[in-house]
Amino acid sequence: MAEVRYEAASRIYPGSEIPAVDSLNLDIEDGELLVLVGPSGSGKSTALRMLAGLETVNEGGIFINDVDVTLKPPQDRDIAMVFQNYALYPSMTVAENMGFALKQSGVPKAQRMEQVREAARILDLEPYLDRKPKNLSGGQRQRVAMGRAIVRSPQVFLMDEPLSNLDAKLRVQTRTELADLQARLGVTMVYVTHDQVEAMTMGHRVAVLKDGILQQVDAPRTLYNAPVNRFVAGFIGSPAMNLVDTERIDGSLNAIGLPIELSPGVAAAVAAQSEPEFTVGVRPEHLAVGSEGVDGEVSVVEALGSESFLHVRVQHQGGETIVVVRESGQSDIARGDRLKISINGPVHIFGADGERLAD
Amino acid sequence: MALLTRAPKAEPILGQNRVVAHLLALLTWIIGLLFFFPLFWLVLNGFKDEADANASPKLFFEPTLDRFSEVTEDNQGLLSFTEAFGNSFWIVLISTTLVMALAIPAAYALAIRPMRKWRDVLFFFISTKFLPIVGAIMPIWIIARDLDLLGTRTVLVVLYTAMNLPLAVWMLRSFFAEVPKELIEAAQIDGCSLMGQIRQVILPIVAPGLAATALLCVIFAWNEFFLAVQLNPAGASTMPVWVNSQQKFQGQFLAGLSAASVLATFPVVIAGWVAQKRMIRGLAMGAIK
Repeated sequence: MAEVRYEAASRIYPGSEIPAVDSLNLDIEDGELLVLVGPSGSGKSTALRMLAGLETVNEGGIFINDVDVTLKPPQDRDIAMVFQNYALYPSMTVAENMGFALKQSGVPKAQRMEQVREAARILDLEPYLDRKPKNLSGGQRQRVAMGRAIVRSPQVFLMDEPLSNLDAKLRVQTRTELADLQARLGVTMVYVTHDQVEAMTMGHRVAVLKDGILQQVDAPRTLYNAPVNRFVAGFIGSPAMNLVDTERIDGSLNAIGLPIELSPGVAAAVAAQSEPEFTVGVRPEHLAVGSEGVDGEVSVVEALGSESFLHVRVQHQGGETIVVVRESGQSDIARGDRLKISINGPVHIFGADGERLAD
Repeated sequence: MALLTRAPKAEPILGQNRVVAHLLALLTWIIGLLFFFPLFWLVLNGFKDEADANASPKLFFEPTLDRFSEVTEDNQGLLSFTEAFGNSFWIVLISTTLVMALAIPAAYALAIRPMRKWRDVLFFFISTKFLPIVGAIMPIWIIARDLDLLGTRTVLVVLYTAMNLPLAVWMLRSFFAEVPKELIEAAQIDGCSLMGQIRQVILPIVAPGLAATALLCVIFAWNEFFLAVQLNPAGASTMPVWVNSQQKFQGQFLAGLSAASVLATFPVVIAGWVAQKRMIRGLAMGAIK
């Protein structure tokens, strides 16, 4: 049971000017599953490894339960980590792998076996305790890696893309099991992934990183409904939010030929910005095909069965752009069809600096 | 550096490349047999009479063990088989143990926690091998003389250790470099000490590499002749010097020399066979993914 706090923690790799993680401030509550998400090179893994003690913290500090662990080696932090490639000890059996940490801390053999068995029971690994990792399937190895973490009942669980080596179906299944396990054990977990679907489905809160800088940390819904900047807006959500660059004309905004209705607060912010450039964001489900709106031509149809995504070519400020529109999965619209689209939901406005304009 | 890997099953090859593949396989066999032939001939000669061995080659002859008993007989004050074997055994064992004990930490430092300019360090190690040993024998001899080490086993232990250490460091470094770094990090998080990480996590993975490296050190030290004959030609010397002493200034000695060579080769073959069992790769499989 533990709280974790990053206080302006930075990591600058030797020989590099730009920090891989740039003064990260983050509070993780006891029992929370916090997901760090971002594209590759965003510093999410580095941030996790700083917490693990595998990367030097060059500036700032990291606290677990208000204890400064910034300078402590990994073994003194009472954490467990699951690696992307699992990092199972190949020469040891499953039981030995799971009991390794206990052995290091001098737990007697009988008690060790009992704890290993208990963890194996939770993870359905009991029949495999005597096997070597090479004789296990990918999913089983993943669970052994989990088991190795559980056995020790550490303060914090660290997960570095633990599912990305599993095939798609198993990944979805394991995702649910993992979230369930975390809830049952009630442990604090920091979970790194590049997959925003994984982040949204698992995280109590999700922290979005880009270029080592924390962009936003919020509950998945908040992240989806009120992204603080253009990057988060484009990163969270699948398919991505339609982002259209536009210019202010006579104090009002217009995207793909559709006038944008602005709340009074946003309208004031739009008027207040000195540069005329803005970005208008609309999620695919907030665009509708109907009898009114602007003309477009369907260039691609992605039919998923439950829903379809239409890629529609439309005119925008003298050029062409493509917007994605969500339609019913049973829609008969085909490539080449001409149709009209309109906005029927919230619109996100981002200023010239990419920041969201406050409501 | 995969020295010996588990042999894959021959797969049937499809299409037009079949003929080429078969020709290449044939060529491989021919070259292999060509390499094997001298050894085969040596063994054959060891079981012949001197007369047969020196006559024009014939395939059928009456095999005899007489040459083996002759060469292993006590040699009136000269280096005997048992002495040479014992000396070689201890010199090789101690020098190889020293090499491994020194090379393992060095390889760890170079591969897993590389310090600055580690490539230069690696180069400096191997640079000692650039110098022909003949060019260095004079100072080595003088130093050995001044230290009262001429004619001792110690001087050969020291020199063989120095001779094999660069090679061992290079080989082990490349094996250590293949250990997934996550394994070491996992061991760190699991609370494993540095020595524990090396003993319990790294060494089991690089065991095949250790065996291969140790085997090469054994072979090189066992077969080393030049230093042995220069610094220690007499009673405390090694097997190659003993084999060399089977050359006579008069009479026929080819069969006897062959028998001696077979006896000198035998332990290396045994060592190779034992090491090969440990060299089978695939231990690291299952660590990741």
